[in-house]
Amino acid sequence: MTVPYAEALQEFEPVIGLETHVELGTASKMFCGCDTTFGADPNTHTCPVCLGLPGALPVVNEKAIESTIRIGLALHCDIATWCRFARKNYFYPDMPKNFQTSQYDEPLCTDGYLDVLVQGESIRIPIERVHLEEDTGKSLHVGGSTGRIHGASHSLVDYNRAGIPLVEIVTKPITGTGAMPAEVAKAYVTELRDVLRGLGVSDVKMEQGSLRCDVNVSLNRPGQEWGTRSETKNVNSLRSVERAVRSEVERQAARLRGGERIVQETRHFHEDTGLSTSGRSKEEATDYRYFPEPDLVPIAPDPAWVAALKDALPEAPSIRRRKLTDELGLSSQDSEAMVNAGVLDVVLETVAAGASPADARNWWLGHIAQAANAQGVDAVDLPITAQQVARVIGLVGEGTLNAGLARQVVDGVLAGEGDPDEVVSTRGLGIVSDEVALSKAVAEAIAADPDAADKVRSGKVAAAGALVGAVMKATKGQADAQTVRRLVLEQLGA
Amino acid sequence: MSDLTRLGAAALAEAIAAKDVSAVEVTQAHLDRIAKVDGQVHAFLHVDAEGALAQARRVDDGSVTGPLAGVPLALKDVLCQEGIPTTVGSRILEGWRPPYDATVTARLKHAGVVILGKTNMDEFAMGSSTEHSAYGPSHNPWDLERVPGGSGGGSSAALASFQAPLAIGTDTGGSIRQPAALTGTVGVKPTYGGVSRYGLVAFSSSLDQAGPCARSVMDAALLHEVIAGHDPRDSTSINAPVPPVVEAAKNRDLKGLRVAVVRELQGEGYEPGVQQRFEEAVDILKELGATVTEVSCPHFDYALAAYYLIAPAEASSNLARFDSVRYGLRVGDDGERSLEEVMALTRAKGFGAEVKRRIILGTYALSSGYYDAYYGQAQKVRTLITQDFSAAFAHADVLVAPTCPTVAFRLGAKLDDPLAMYRQDVANIPSNLYGGPAMSVPAGLSEGLPVGLQVMAPTMRDDLLYQVGAAFEAALPAAVPPLEWES
Repeated sequence: MTVPYAEALQEFEPVIGLETHVELGTASKMFCGCDTTFGADPNTHTCPVCLGLPGALPVVNEKAIESTIRIGLALHCDIATWCRFARKNYFYPDMPKNFQTSQYDEPLCTDGYLDVLVQGESIRIPIERVHLEEDTGKSLHVGGSTGRIHGASHSLVDYNRAGIPLVEIVTKPITGTGAMPAEVAKAYVTELRDVLRGLGVSDVKMEQGSLRCDVNVSLNRPGQEWGTRSETKNVNSLRSVERAVRSEVERQAARLRGGERIVQETRHFHEDTGLSTSGRSKEEATDYRYFPEPDLVPIAPDPAWVAALKDALPEAPSIRRRKLTDELGLSSQDSEAMVNAGVLDVVLETVAAGASPADARNWWLGHIAQAANAQGVDAVDLPITAQQVARVIGLVGEGTLNAGLARQVVDGVLAGEGDPDEVVSTRGLGIVSDEVALSKAVAEAIAADPDAADKVRSGKVAAAGALVGAVMKATKGQADAQTVRRLVLEQLGA
Repeated sequence: MSDLTRLGAAALAEAIAAKDVSAVEVTQAHLDRIAKVDGQVHAFLHVDAEGALAQARRVDDGSVTGPLAGVPLALKDVLCQEGIPTTVGSRILEGWRPPYDATVTARLKHAGVVILGKTNMDEFAMGSSTEHSAYGPSHNPWDLERVPGGSGGGSSAALASFQAPLAIGTDTGGSIRQPAALTGTVGVKPTYGGVSRYGLVAFSSSLDQAGPCARSVMDAALLHEVIAGHDPRDSTSINAPVPPVVEAAKNRDLKGLRVAVVRELQGEGYEPGVQQRFEEAVDILKELGATVTEVSCPHFDYALAAYYLIAPAEASSNLARFDSVRYGLRVGDDGERSLEEVMALTRAKGFGAEVKRRIILGTYALSSGYYDAYYGQAQKVRTLITQDFSAAFAHADVLVAPTCPTVAFRLGAKLDDPLAMYRQDVANIPSNLYGGPAMSVPAGLSEGLPVGLQVMAPTMRDDLLYQVGAAFEAALPAAVPPLEWES
């Protein structure tokens, strides 16, 4: 039983909160020298330290500290002058030491904000903290039908990911989102992703898990205290952030309306259904027994260094957005649409690679966005780069491709057939500009459709369209329609 | 040559360097000695004859050199040695062979030291008698019915029974010094951070420190210089030059040195014989030219209580990794039981009673709602103890106390009384909480059993220990165990 989203939000006020985990793109892990490259054979990127072997000790990756501070600065946080790591103790087989080295009451960055644009309105999202910790390994449950631990015959653990530096960015409770908590949540994660990408600290690929989101939602009736919140984990795409909030609002509203209470619990989001299921209840929550990590010395970032990092921060996405509207002449709706689709940076990159702003916009919000939707992923996560898109646009500009052919080339790139030029050549997609060959095709079209030819000869020039279409069909779209039209008219003496 | 096993490390190194004797002969003599007496002493959990002889050959062919090249050593089983069983005295690691060397182990190998094998210890270094070893206790060579101290009783028993001239111990709350006192040998807990902890299976990370054990102060100093020094793989390792301990062991002049007796570490609770030897030791220091005063360190009275919150708290976290998933013992994995059940069964079977006691203590001390009252409060006491040391060192260069309130006790005497066992280290624990270095040096006998004098110095002044220890040792040579049990 659910209550429709819009209806639920007329009756209840939402409070949302987001915890975002970002795998940093450092070359080595958080506490050892192991490689962090994604996709290696299981347990090949491991050593005594990240396997938690008896006697092994951690050493902090300074680059990870730097990246975390830069994230904090970009989110307008205060940077700690002295802080420590803490151990978060709980048993889980993908965690080699059975404690996670994290930060507890002394995070590196606190008390910041991020402004996001939702339906033309700027909303300030308050940031509680940004802290640094290590990622866990990955469990693979074998033998069951679902890939989950239930029903599995045994489990395998891959520790390649164990110890990869992970930054956790936690918002304060976000109130006042009115009728659009789901939209705000998505806009925040989208904007955050752009900030992180701009900083170059992570590849922020949600489908590879380098950006992961937990979504907290509670509802209360106007004027009453905040409700009990649920925490939905496993939210691994921008689209799902929105869907997770939406489904949780609908679920909680139905329970509250039915007089039931909301259980404080962890819920698991399922990408396939867009719904969540109940996980463990927080009411029987683990006591993590946090205490300062005795194997590491405190971190005391030099204020001069922090100031230098601040000076060297890249432009914020909001400033880049202004650039788009002011310098490139795109409308503010365009710019918001690009932010929401998460393609702002890639559009700018496409422009930097030589495309016109309008063309870049049209591709990323048009054909590529459709392809992304069809696959249920975000446009920037498709296997096509800004440079490749700019090249396609360039090929259209120089007349090698027309619009239809260009779409086929992009599809080829997305299908992994190589760079645009390779796709053009292997698929044979270049515009046929050989007028001798085209003239032959035109003559064949005229012979095949004498009625249309007669009409054109008798002055009904509009009838040429059918002949042009026939030629385009015969040449599989590879002819330039203008040239074909001219040749048709010439041959019919019109 | 005469019996090679009776020689000290410095003498052996000199003889090997002069080619008067080969490292292989020295090693073989000690392996023979182990074969002869360790059935009675049980100092070793594992003897690596093959590896030891291979290292001795490398010394003899000149491919490894160093001030202790060719000298045999007994390594406490808490330090990882690549390919060699490392059990930490526990069933839970039975059969585990580390794929890497601890930094201490690597430095020993690099210096040409010959590692004979791994020595017995209380499980996870938790204990003061080796009776908590899962593999049975070691015996004190002075009286086989008595304990050799702990947790490093295997190392100290190996020294006192002439099975090795050098040993490595680790000292979290007296585990080097108390066994040294009870076996009439020399043991040094260096400044915390002075010797790398990388590859030392952790008991309590903020307290654990590996250090040298020997039958003379100079031998300990030579070993200290081999193992000490900054290690980038240990974040708590101090990046500063190693204090000149060998030089200090040669300087036996104590004129003008300010020595202070700690009021709280003597008198009540100390056996009369121990107290008497201690007072005589103080007189010897005076005769050597030191000025002696008394200082009060009032918070030392709370050291034991604070230690038994901090150390178990850290241990409860450090020992969580022993869960059967990646290495060591696995119990009950029949394909039916859940992961949690297998973990629980493994830990129930793999850990001994004392380890479980401390895991439970530590888990409780860190629990939500109790943290401030226990772990938090203990950390405040730790700060106060550090302040006591700082205040005392404003008036004194070193502090002295008996190492241990008693002489070696009989096996089983304290096994049912944990608090009595814990009190063995009442005088040792303040230095661990503070982080400064401390030494136990033989100070005569009481009831025919050894007594130790403890010397404590400010952090990174390990050299002062050796200066005082060497001067004292020259004035009162260590008694030699009679070893009447040897047939």
